[in-house]
Amino acid sequence: MEGNFFTTKLNYMLGWARKYSLFHYPYITACCGMEYMSTVCSHFDLDRFGAGWTRFSPRQSDLIFVVGTITQKLAPVLKTVYEQMTEPKWVVAFGACAVSGGIYDNYAVLQGIDSIIPVDIYIPGCPPRPETVLDAFIKLQEKIQNQEQEWRWKKRKH
Amino acid sequence: MAMEEKKTLKVLKERFQDKIIETSAHFGDDTLLIEKDSFLEIMTFLKGKPWEYNMLLDLTCVDFLGQEPRFEMVYHLLSLPKNHRLRLKVRLSEKDPAIDSLTSMWENANWLEREAYDMFGIHFKGHPDLRRIFMYDGFEGHPLRKDYPLRKRQPRIPLSK
Repeated sequence: MEGNFFTTKLNYMLGWARKYSLFHYPYITACCGMEYMSTVCSHFDLDRFGAGWTRFSPRQSDLIFVVGTITQKLAPVLKTVYEQMTEPKWVVAFGACAVSGGIYDNYAVLQGIDSIIPVDIYIPGCPPRPETVLDAFIKLQEKIQNQEQEWRWKKRKH
Repeated sequence: MAMEEKKTLKVLKERFQDKIIETSAHFGDDTLLIEKDSFLEIMTFLKGKPWEYNMLLDLTCVDFLGQEPRFEMVYHLLSLPKNHRLRLKVRLSEKDPAIDSLTSMWENANWLEREAYDMFGIHFKGHPDLRRIFMYDGFEGHPLRKDYPLRKRQPRIPLSK
């Protein structure tokens, strides 16, 4: 086991803090946005899991929901928005189009956003039901809790 | 109303005779297939009195791959004073897919023609700004042509500067 008692505990605490205070940025381009709305609003209520704060600026958010079809023309915009987000940051590909291009296997549509930005959780479905989104969100929280956290004065191996 | 529609086609046929290749009135949709070289002349006539087709509703193209002439331009006109619609078709050959621009008569033809140029590669003579409207700069080919490969992938717009 690596690290001393302090850093492993800090790692755990940071993971715990981060997974319950996700500020998300909705990058919505298509009909999946309806499912996003019902997930976030009071019927399904994403706020129960600690992600109630929707930020409309990438600089204030650390989770981006890419909801809907991303076209080739929109790809640079998505990349820019991702780069504007502050660390640590996570990406959710929401719906079949963001995951793989969906039914749009053609000249205009990006075949999955993972060809331009790294994706943490893929949510399939056209569109996915809110329960699927909540399930994916809990899985993302597990991932955040168990991953290696970064902080400013952390000692790096290299 | 039905009588009036038949009358429109009849009068146009008499006036332009051999410039009109074909007419049809299917469920009240009056359609004219006209010669390419008298296209602007007929359009100018239709826009003026007495018909007053003063609104260009839509303009698009159809690709009949394997046939000659290959392309068919379709124009939809609406006469607001007479409340009557008319569809005009013009066939364009594969070698020279060019037709006169309507931008001098209708402002909205500008973007519609840019769309037809982007998707089908039709050249509009006299268009003030004929460049792509949907696809990005550097995109090659015209994606709605039937011979454009379905799964062809092209280099994207550069992601970062």
